[in-house]
Amino acid sequence: MVKLVIDNKPVEVEEGTTILEAARQNGIDIPTLCFLKDINEVGDCRMCIVEVEGRKGFATSCIQTVEEGMVVKTHSPEILEARKTILDLILSNHHKDCLTCSRSGNCELQALSIKFNVQKVEYEGEMSKHKIDDKSPAIVRDFNKCILCRRCVATCKNVQEIGAIDCIERGFSSCISTTYDHSLNDVDCTFCGQCIESCPTGALREKEYIDEVWEKLKDESTYVVVQTAPAVRVALGEEFGYPIGTNVKGKMVTALKNMGFDKVFDTNTGADFTIMEEANEFIERVKNKGTLPMITSCSPGWVRFAEKNYPDLLDHLSTCKSPHQMFGAIIKSYLAQKEGIAPHKICTVSVMPCIAKKYEASREEMEVDGNRDVDYVITTRELSRMIRQANISFRELEDSDFDDPMGEATGAGAIFGTTGGVMEAALRTAADTLEGKNLEKLEYTQVRGEKGIKRAELSLGGMPIKVVVASGLSNARKIMEEIKNGTADYQFVEIMACPGGCVMGGGQPIKSSKIRSAVDVRKLRADSLYSIDEASTIRKSHENPAIQKIYQEFLEKPGSHKAHKYLHTHYTAKEKYEI
Amino acid sequence: MGKKSIQEIEEIRNRKRQELELRVNTKADTREKHILVCHGTGCTSSKSPKIIENFRKILEEKKIKNVRVIQTGCFGLCAKGPIVIIRPEDTFYAQVKPEDCEEIIQSHIVEGKTIERLLCKDIDGTIVNRLDELNFYKKQKRIALKNCGVIDPENIDEYIAFDGYKALYQVLTTMSQDEVIDEISKSGLRGRGGAGFPTGKKWSFAKQNEADQKYVICNADEGDPGAFMDRSILEGDPHSVLEAMAIAGYSIGATQGYIYVRAEYPIAVQRLKVAIDQARDYGLLGKDILGTGFDFDIDIRLGAGAFVCGEETALLESIEGRRGQPRVKPPYPANKGLFGKPTIINNVETLANVTRIILNGAEWYASIGTEKSKGTKVFALGGNVNNVGLVEVPMGTTLREIVFDIGGGIPNGRKFKAAQTGGPSGGCIPAEHLDTPIDYESLTEIGSMMGSGGLIVMDETKCMVDIARFYLDFTVSESCGKCTPCRIGTKRMLEILERMCERKSRARRFKQIRKISQ
Repeated sequence: MVKLVIDNKPVEVEEGTTILEAARQNGIDIPTLCFLKDINEVGDCRMCIVEVEGRKGFATSCIQTVEEGMVVKTHSPEILEARKTILDLILSNHHKDCLTCSRSGNCELQALSIKFNVQKVEYEGEMSKHKIDDKSPAIVRDFNKCILCRRCVATCKNVQEIGAIDCIERGFSSCISTTYDHSLNDVDCTFCGQCIESCPTGALREKEYIDEVWEKLKDESTYVVVQTAPAVRVALGEEFGYPIGTNVKGKMVTALKNMGFDKVFDTNTGADFTIMEEANEFIERVKNKGTLPMITSCSPGWVRFAEKNYPDLLDHLSTCKSPHQMFGAIIKSYLAQKEGIAPHKICTVSVMPCIAKKYEASREEMEVDGNRDVDYVITTRELSRMIRQANISFRELEDSDFDDPMGEATGAGAIFGTTGGVMEAALRTAADTLEGKNLEKLEYTQVRGEKGIKRAELSLGGMPIKVVVASGLSNARKIMEEIKNGTADYQFVEIMACPGGCVMGGGQPIKSSKIRSAVDVRKLRADSLYSIDEASTIRKSHENPAIQKIYQEFLEKPGSHKAHKYLHTHYTAKEKYEI
Repeated sequence: MGKKSIQEIEEIRNRKRQELELRVNTKADTREKHILVCHGTGCTSSKSPKIIENFRKILEEKKIKNVRVIQTGCFGLCAKGPIVIIRPEDTFYAQVKPEDCEEIIQSHIVEGKTIERLLCKDIDGTIVNRLDELNFYKKQKRIALKNCGVIDPENIDEYIAFDGYKALYQVLTTMSQDEVIDEISKSGLRGRGGAGFPTGKKWSFAKQNEADQKYVICNADEGDPGAFMDRSILEGDPHSVLEAMAIAGYSIGATQGYIYVRAEYPIAVQRLKVAIDQARDYGLLGKDILGTGFDFDIDIRLGAGAFVCGEETALLESIEGRRGQPRVKPPYPANKGLFGKPTIINNVETLANVTRIILNGAEWYASIGTEKSKGTKVFALGGNVNNVGLVEVPMGTTLREIVFDIGGGIPNGRKFKAAQTGGPSGGCIPAEHLDTPIDYESLTEIGSMMGSGGLIVMDETKCMVDIARFYLDFTVSESCGKCTPCRIGTKRMLEILERMCERKSRARRFKQIRKISQ
């Protein structure tokens, strides 16, 4: 332990603690901007400077570790003035179009400007000018708002280990860019969107499809169907002041209905379809000595990663479409038939915690008989903006249920939204199928929890199997290397592109660095999903009556020719750099 | 050629030393003459290679034997280049042109007549015959530059002749690792790159850290405007740096060294390549050096033109193949340096002192200089000063001595206004501090810093706002862009100064500059 004094308060912290952490542990806040705990601790922005007695100049508290007997001041007038100068400098090269910025109200730079009572631009001079990159269907980069904190770079490089972006040029011309300055669309970016979650400003954002969706809602001749992913309901509330992880399913459904959607469905039902197909595919592969291990394919960022990095191993990926794509295909076939509406008159909108889903929906394979499975994907954040646009008082809303005939989903579908959930849901169905009976065993806790890679050995129908769950692309790469080297001794793998799974997707409400330092956002959201599962009356996908009915009336059985037509897809090797 | 035993090295030394006596002794008993021509960057750019070529051609045409033309490193007085010195008589011809070669051979060599018009004039107008008669040299003490202008840097035998690789052998066979570090510590040698960290201490930190691999790096990414000390050492005496790196390697337990040298120094890079090849050939680098069982090798890494890569951790990033920008410290390189291994990074000039300290002893070295700053310092003297060039003076020499006695004062009868030291992060020293002794502490005290050794003199006609603008312009274009105050702050300061120079700005802007500067 190290003893030091911060703002006249004697404190004791563990050796190796930074001054910033030491202060925060003791209730003293120091403003930060580039700091992202455990991910970007580099001391770039200098907002967190403090005074250390006996030292010349200021110390950068996010990188300087404490020393015995240190006397630290965190808010002397000199420090406040220096911090203000730094803020002024950053603002002098920032496009301050806050009124029209997607991050207005949730921008760390804006928050600091308010805190420091910035009333005018202190320094004037040349401003960086960058072309906006909006070529991809998923992500928009506007580096006129970039403050070069490099949180995105560190996330991409150190968390996901992709390294699609880094700093180029130097000095005032420095900017974050890609290989040879190409669009993110054309390089090794997977569209996981974790960079957006890290960005303190509006330099990175999802490509919005809000206007397009409103257009469709206005058009009376279009039947607009919306579905919402499991992870959306446990995060949307955060945008309206609810605690992190609050399940706002009921209010969300009411809001969507009020906005004018003709049907509001639960992607959890789509997830139940995925489990039916995926469990069946897995059993078939095991029985027929197909390619093993089989790897889940419901995370489009992961699929894009695999296509770009492991083109020779694509046979391992399950051919199942992801839940919302399956559901989109069912809506435009089964539901269209049932409701007597021409498929081309139906518009399917997916509300997703993910930006890669935007890309997934745009993939050319994702259509049946010329009908796109999903027309528009909007993120949890976009939905919250639409709710505000519609002037809906979210907190005042009554609860309502998803629409029939596909409203009732299982707990298995709910846990799709967190790492290990797909595996657990699939195991529930696969175990029952292999045993030929309704097992009591429901929870596979070995595949739950925060670890990036979780391994488990199980017995299914008397057959020993090994499974692995990986979340985050750095962990995905580890598993793929094992498969490539032939050291993989497991049969079933779940991979999610985002660390923690969909609850931490790139389309979820953005949490500030400070909140991310203080609370485990993933756990709060994931726990909420497990609570939904626990409270569900039906917790196995194959027991979902809606699913059973659709198989009876339309799809015949899992893996049938029809099921393949609507619910399965294929993958193609892609160049890492399409330049 | 090929690997040599210590006996063979000694034989080379004895034979060659005798042969080269004329280089250092005007009374050498020889019938040979050596025409030394500076082949440093400065003289090269004023056609010294052509001069060498002409000399050789004429000698061959005239079938003159016993006269050799030698390319050397920098003599120091760059203002008078290209410089030709004829030994043993030590006649000093200045500003020689390729067309003068014929006359020099005919008059000086054949007829034995000194050519008056080519002799160097001192500032006071007196014509000097010999190099050491110049005031420029009188107050200098050459330790790091000892071999510069004396030996052919591309000939390892000439380096060996002047005690080359003797220190390494002595260290490998008679001293423990700690004894070497102790000796360096006792000498008081401090980093010549600018910060002045005690070299012995740096080595001892790296030695204390156990690791399967350690590294020695020579920082030759000299980037301060106007600085060319390191370049001159590498061009004039590359082996002294290689030998010192091997000594450092032995003392900390490293087997691999890297020289990070900027690509803008093609002659230095070439000399280093030649020197490394020769040292490897003789077995002075590589496996089992001089049969002692010690392995050490050196490779060159080229800098791509970023000033910031002279900062040691940015340099490490650059060698590792990443964007050159500083790392967070701690950990310091001595704990976690190149590829995460304990690493020492020493500047060229620092290393150039090492062999001299080993051979002459720490006490000898510590007897030179001031209480806290020992030894000498090489300066690249430039700007509004008569004797532009490379000087080496004992620490504690005053600025006045350097500018007026050695530098010969300000040209055109103008007054001294300031001297800039320490590169872009240093400061301008005004006339009131002319009598400040130059050492690490004194310079810091008056608001400048030692830096790597660039010393730029400004006369009364220079505008200090303009000078500040120049240095800011440099800083702006060389900022790595990592941190806000440097990336945006220097840019805004430059913009304010530019407006001031155009008389478009008001005084309140000074306040803004002051704020940013903090």
